[in-house]
Amino acid sequence: MTPFVYHKPVNVDEGLARLKASSDGAWLAGGMTLLPTLKQRLREVTDLVDLCALHDLTNIQLGANAVTIGAMATHAMIAGHPDMFPALASLAAGIGDPQVRNRGTIGGSLANNDPSADWPAAVLACNATVVTSAGSFAADEFFTGMFSTALSEGALITAVHFEKPARAAYVKFRHPASGYAMAGVFVAVMETGVRVAITGATACIKRWPAAELALTKTFTNESLAGLAFESEDMLGDIHASAAYRAHLANVMLGRAVAKAMV
Amino acid sequence: MIINLNLNDKAISADVVPERLLVDWLRDELGLTGTHVGCDTSQCGACNILVNGLSIKACTMLAVQVDGCTLLTIEGLTKHNELHPMQAAFRDNHGLQCGFCTPGMIIAGIEIVRRHGSHVDAVTVAHELDGNICRCTGYQNIVAAIIDGARRMGASA
Ligand SMILES: Cc1cc2nc3c(=O)[nH]c(=O)nc-3n(C[C@H](O)[C@H](O)[C@H](O)COP(=O)(O)OP(=O)(O)OC[C@H]3O[C@@H](n4cnc5c(N)ncnc54)[C@H](O)[C@@H]3O)c2cc1C
Ligand code: FES
Ligand code: FES
Repeated sequence: MTPFVYHKPVNVDEGLARLKASSDGAWLAGGMTLLPTLKQRLREVTDLVDLCALHDLTNIQLGANAVTIGAMATHAMIAGHPDMFPALASLAAGIGDPQVRNRGTIGGSLANNDPSADWPAAVLACNATVVTSAGSFAADEFFTGMFSTALSEGALITAVHFEKPARAAYVKFRHPASGYAMAGVFVAVMETGVRVAITGATACIKRWPAAELALTKTFTNESLAGLAFESEDMLGDIHASAAYRAHLANVMLGRAVAKAMV
Repeated sequence: MIINLNLNDKAISADVVPERLLVDWLRDELGLTGTHVGCDTSQCGACNILVNGLSIKACTMLAVQVDGCTLLTIEGLTKHNELHPMQAAFRDNHGLQCGFCTPGMIIAGIEIVRRHGSHVDAVTVAHELDGNICRCTGYQNIVAAIIDGARRMGASA
């Protein structure tokens, strides 16, 4: 790692000011993505602004029909919260491994928008709201491309607000080494209809409109007959070809629908 | 930067540069070489230690980040020359061959007991070892050791 200045602000305003004053600084949340990147010198920073002392950002406020999760809530805190919506708790419990879940945060995962990450699938399928220091974003506007989001330069994600889906489930086919999704599907029955988000298969998290339409009519696996996932930006690599990932998306959707029905 | 922390039941104060990884600081500056480095992708768990009671990968944290924290490394487990029940269970169940992964496995095992209790089953243990890689044992004896360690920790609690 190349040298940098470390900051530990005690409130959000101080953090925003520290980051703004740096020439090429970054927020440090769980560090589960950022520190490996710095270690491998894939990235260099002049400053790290650690969010660990901003304890308010770990709050989880659960109501009967909605939950607001602070950006610094770790995957383990969310998975272990006794009243968490089951689909969110089970998604969180499937991220990486226990040590990754003890450090990694929902805010860091959303800011990073890795094409294979799990949280973007939940946020997009539930049409959650991403709350930042520079305004709130509906999920449909937040994820703009591979590793990119609508978050403005230097802004901080502070929380994510989910309305409770009537039914929901997330199923992924795990990469055997990392745990990331080779293809993962979050299906959510919302007031406005069914929403389906696919992660891991394309360059950026995507909805699957044809499946949403079919499932909004009848929420059964049978209504998916004949559907095949396709997209212009399919991912393919040594682990799984584009065609294989598209097939996985279909299979994971079927499993997610079955899981959401129980 | 000056950091103050509790390390293996001792209050210490140290001056570290921000880019120092926690694991490198423990090994190279404090000589606590029981915490190992097995990868550079945060996947192997050889570097696991407990920070405020939670198992974390010391290769993926900065030393400056543990200011104010309580740390337990493998060196801190043995009390009055007596092995921690989880360590004793690894020895008795042949839970290691080369021993490289062992400190991280023992720390992960203690975390498993904290989270799932001393009656944890083998399937849960195997699942919870997701973040630990062993290149020797084939895992069978590691799972058996953690189950046995869990029972012993339950009995001694
Ligand atoms: C071995 C391993 C396995 C993993 N497996 C999975 C997996 O199966 N599924 C999965 O989804 N992820 C996985 N991850 C990634 C993990 O979930 C990370 O925790 C997550 O992607 C990043 O969160 P973080 O808190 O660690 O962020 P950091 O690494 O600290 O930060 C990531 C990026 O986000 C920025 N950032 C952080 N917080 C904020 C904020 N509040 N506002 C604005 N910007 C912010 C940082 O500046 C940085 O650019 C894995 C990681 C590892 C090491
Ligand atoms: S050395 Fe830390 S996970 Fe491998
Ligand atoms: S005993 Fe050799 S790596 Fe596990």
